[in-house]
Amino acid sequence: MSALIEFQKVCKYYQMGDTVVKAADHISFQIQKGEFVAIVGKSGSGKSTCMNIIGCLDVPTSGTYLLGGNDVGSLSKNDLAEIRNKMLGFIFQQYNLLPKLTVLENVEVPLMYAGVPKPERRQRALDALEVVGLASKLKNMPNQLSGGQQQRVSIARALAGNPAVILADEPTGALDSRTSREVLGMLQNLHSQGHTVVLITHDNSIAVTAQRIIRLEDGQVVYDGDAHAPEAVVSHNDPWLERGSAS
Amino acid sequence: MSLLETAQMAIQNIFSSKMRSFLTMLGIIIGIASVMVIIGLGNGMEVYMTEQFQAIGANTLEVSIMGRGSSRNADEEDLYRIVADHPEDLSLISPTVSVRSTAKVGTETLLFTSTTGVGEDYFTIKQYTIAQGRGLQYIDMDKRLHVCVVGQYIADEYYNGDAVGQSIRVGGTKYEIVGVMSQEGDTLEEGGTDDVIFLPYTTAARLTGTEVTNYTITVVDESRATECRELVEDELTEIFGSDSAFTVISMTEILNMMTEMLNVMITILAAIAAISLVVGGIGIMNIMLVSVTERTREIGIRKALGAKERSIMAQFVVEAAVTSAIGGAIGIAAGYAFSSLASSLIVTLLDTNMSVTPTASSIALAFGISAAIGILFGYLPAKKAAQLNPIDALRYE
Repeated sequence: MSALIEFQKVCKYYQMGDTVVKAADHISFQIQKGEFVAIVGKSGSGKSTCMNIIGCLDVPTSGTYLLGGNDVGSLSKNDLAEIRNKMLGFIFQQYNLLPKLTVLENVEVPLMYAGVPKPERRQRALDALEVVGLASKLKNMPNQLSGGQQQRVSIARALAGNPAVILADEPTGALDSRTSREVLGMLQNLHSQGHTVVLITHDNSIAVTAQRIIRLEDGQVVYDGDAHAPEAVVSHNDPWLERGSAS
Repeated sequence: MSLLETAQMAIQNIFSSKMRSFLTMLGIIIGIASVMVIIGLGNGMEVYMTEQFQAIGANTLEVSIMGRGSSRNADEEDLYRIVADHPEDLSLISPTVSVRSTAKVGTETLLFTSTTGVGEDYFTIKQYTIAQGRGLQYIDMDKRLHVCVVGQYIADEYYNGDAVGQSIRVGGTKYEIVGVMSQEGDTLEEGGTDDVIFLPYTTAARLTGTEVTNYTITVVDESRATECRELVEDELTEIFGSDSAFTVISMTEILNMMTEMLNVMITILAAIAAISLVVGGIGIMNIMLVSVTERTREIGIRKALGAKERSIMAQFVVEAAVTSAIGGAIGIAAGYAFSSLASSLIVTLLDTNMSVTPTASSIALAFGISAAIGILFGYLPAKKAAQLNPIDALRYE
């Protein structure tokens, strides 16, 4: 069985003045269906670039990205939009709900772009909101909800389209520790129900929620394996930490 | 995502910021309303002008003989023969002799009354009807009888409505009133269309001591007015051996010319008013550009969730089109309001019953133009929105 997500020597270079920034430098990994993977790294490590490529918001400069066996790099903007719509569910740090739409309408947005007819769309959005426990807030506007509730709406929105991959970009970045745990618990639930979850974070304590950690530094993979192995949470290029963990 | 849903979304968005939307529409509203009022004014003027011409006879040729001082001259016989020779084009003829002598009833002088000598067909040509007594007849012409027909104003004012059989003096000679015309004008007034005296033209010519030089001829078919005029001109040229001894004026041609001039004027005015439509369109484009910038993040979110470029494009184009269509609808309502206001102003201030009437086609055109302007000027901002990079758009604060 081929992997759901497969990076083959993916590179992403940016031209910054005279220098070339290697945001992703020959990154290779595979993520199987049903996995819960955290991509970890400090800012500038290339994790956002990774997330953009996985999320089909961006295409690699070189190398191949296969999503469900399809080479994404060769697709047009319209095809990429369709893949985002059908295959991916996004959860953002800033929730990114549309402020002028109600909670229910927000969850319906991806289904609307998928061309799902109105009654079915409504039903699926209701079901998704039921899952995140917000069935009572359908008519509320996003700004009437707490941060945790808004993030749950965005989880419902990601779920509604029944995507192959749920892509969470720093989902707890704007939340306090209690609601963070709530949201992470929800991601774990989704995983246990068979969803593939990819979590992007800079925070080791968040990353260990996942089964597996892919650690990036300077655009390269420095660790890929069990989230609970001691070396998973070590910054490899940081001599201070390395010495500290050795002692 | 259907167009209907896109339109619903656009309407929702427009109503979520009413003040801004209204100000955006204002240019379109003013443009559409002014185009409508101007076109309505043009229509009203054309209708009014045609009516006025119809009243004096739009299907007539006015012939005026100056003569050349030579022995050969065209008299009534010649003119009557010309009409009789061309029954397929020309139907009726009446000489007209205007009489300068003042009329008197008893000792009262009728200062503003116009006195004219006419033929027996004159009343048919002018579509005048006789209310009492009879009209002028061939025998009156032939015998140069001292009879006359007077307008309703004279009958009412000087004879208490009982004028037939009475007499009136014109230039010192007594004339018997044989008929009274029906009221022609809207009101009976001194110097108006009902303050008139008609004599047999032969009698009038003797009274003034001149030859008959003016004729009114009716044409059978108004659309052949030009051919008819040329026909009469050709005949007269043959008589005089020159075309400078007479003039033939076709009232239909004059009406057409005036209508044409009016249309040119109205078109120019409407074009000037239409400039405000363009300005209004630019206003819409301006606000849409601001709106795209403000909603960069929304666009990023929508794109991340799977909106294709054409969905985003459609969203903004439809929003611009709906904005200007709503503006157009308000403009049409305002145009109607201003048109009826203008109509009543004209009636009260100018004392003419000319009405400003916007036509259905001008309204449809105005609405079409406003929607088209929305699409045209919404296209550029929509294109900008559709082409935003989702990553940058998502990061936009």
